[in-house]
Amino acid sequence: MTRLVRPAQAGTIESSDILVMLAPADEGTGIQVELKSPTMQQYGEHIRGLIIRTLQEQGIQDAIIHANEKGALDYTIKARVKTAIRRAAGQRGF
Amino acid sequence: MINAAGREIPASIEGYKEVVPYAGAFATQPPAGARKAGPKLKAVYPGANKLLNSIDEAIEACGLKDGMTISFHHHFRNGDHVMNMVIAAIARKGIKGLTLAPSSFLDTNDELIPYFQQGVLVAAETSGLRNKLGHFLTTNKIGKPTIIRTHGGRVRAIEAGELKIDVAFIGAPTCDTYGNINGVHGSAACGSLGYAMVDSRMADTVVAITDNLVDHPICPVSIPQYQVDYIVKVDCIGDPKGISTGALRVTTNPRDLHIAKLAAKVIEHAGYFKEGFGMQLGAGAASVATGKYLRDIMLRDKIVANFAIGGIVGPFCDLLDEGLIRTLFDVQSFDARTIQSLRDNPRHQEYDCTFYANPWNKGPMVNKLDYVVLGATEVDVNFNVNVMTDSNGIMMGALGGHPDASAGAKCTIICAPLLRGRLPMVTDAVQTVSTPGETVDVIVTDRGIAVNPKREDLLANLQGKGLPLMTIEQLRDMAYELGGKPAPLKMSDEIVAVVEYRDGTVLDVIRRPLL
Repeated sequence: MTRLVRPAQAGTIESSDILVMLAPADEGTGIQVELKSPTMQQYGEHIRGLIIRTLQEQGIQDAIIHANEKGALDYTIKARVKTAIRRAAGQRGF
Repeated sequence: MINAAGREIPASIEGYKEVVPYAGAFATQPPAGARKAGPKLKAVYPGANKLLNSIDEAIEACGLKDGMTISFHHHFRNGDHVMNMVIAAIARKGIKGLTLAPSSFLDTNDELIPYFQQGVLVAAETSGLRNKLGHFLTTNKIGKPTIIRTHGGRVRAIEAGELKIDVAFIGAPTCDTYGNINGVHGSAACGSLGYAMVDSRMADTVVAITDNLVDHPICPVSIPQYQVDYIVKVDCIGDPKGISTGALRVTTNPRDLHIAKLAAKVIEHAGYFKEGFGMQLGAGAASVATGKYLRDIMLRDKIVANFAIGGIVGPFCDLLDEGLIRTLFDVQSFDARTIQSLRDNPRHQEYDCTFYANPWNKGPMVNKLDYVVLGATEVDVNFNVNVMTDSNGIMMGALGGHPDASAGAKCTIICAPLLRGRLPMVTDAVQTVSTPGETVDVIVTDRGIAVNPKREDLLANLQGKGLPLMTIEQLRDMAYELGGKPAPLKMSDEIVAVVEYRDGTVLDVIRRPLL
């Protein structure tokens, strides 16, 4: 199981990208997502769910995540979240 | 009731005239026997002096009172100083309850918000709304719903007596001492005065506001002395930097260029690309770039356009100089190159907005268009176009001549990217219908082209030409697959604006979004 050991970020605030900032959280506090998006009404719930699912798929149960989304497609969001996880887990090469 | 564009329209709208639902692009005629409205009869006999010392004096001389309607033109675009300056003066005099009916608003008019809050202004009628003022008028209830009209529809409403202008304040780049005006000379030169020409002809009182007062007479004259009541000289009516952006550059965005290349190929093969054709290209990035690719095809096939119309941009002036267009008709000059061309080239002529686009006269130029290429904020599977509200339902655009040219042209081509960010631009239903789908023929996106199924002739002509043709539903599905189907916006029932079709029927209404 992946363990987050430090804060990390991935992505940019360029158009069609997302800036993901991820930090470890105390056990049992769950995944707390703070999302900023220009399409909050249309996709807010969808993006929030996608971020949580991506974290859970990587075995993360507790995390604080700030996401500044700028019109990213789903695969971009997943890729940025996964990269942030690896960086926050202290893995090399990310 | 459901109108012919498939929109739910209430039987009556508070603060708006009798609701007549949109019945089809050419279904509504002027009332039988109705005559044109006109300004009051007036006489100015020899020896009279039209020059006044200040805007304050002009407001007094006009007899401006609570509840009247005033107008302005938007030829100075974001360089305009006149509208804000005059309304500030009106507010200082304590006049209230005015209807503001400019030909359009621009970003610079955000300064007017306090006057709406204070009740100096209680209603707006316009072609476009942008920025903070657009946001304000979408999210606040002022006296009446804002009326959104096309350029042609505004002239129609004025001549039909639906929009009665008490006082028109005309920003005049050059004005002589007896009220002759042109837009091609002076430090605030804006080129064509096509919208202002209508207001000068139809308002009860016309005040010219100029920073370039010259001896009588001038040449050329766009707005004649016999329409002008008063003249006020001020220090500065407009900032040239905001009036024109210099030479308009063709975009370098590869997606826009790709769309433009496809649009030019559609023009080439759709069936009307013949010697002497007529066209209009919008001022959006892809529309302007279409001209660049079309030029190559025109040179190769030795085909010359008899005319091009609309708001004119620099690349069109280059085509005129090259002999690829025989005549330009210019209602609004978008850049410095165009202003210079209008001034110096006799084949580049100024014309007013009724000549351009009014559906209720004996034939505007849009009726003679073979092609028009325009942009869109979004389109839907019924080919309806929205250029008025953004993805959150906020007013941030302008109808302009979009619905007029679309109705007139034999082939209306709409350019839009399939996605903006992750938002699909081809959807099940646009947020606001600003141009009805029955007047739209081809949608060109970066990922495919859809032809309106009622235009089997166009579809047949375009097949086998290497174009990525697909159905509009296929385009929508591709967009939804990539971006996801957006959740619908939450809207209140409160109507903040009425979108009129060019014939004065109600095409759609804009409700206040719950943000």
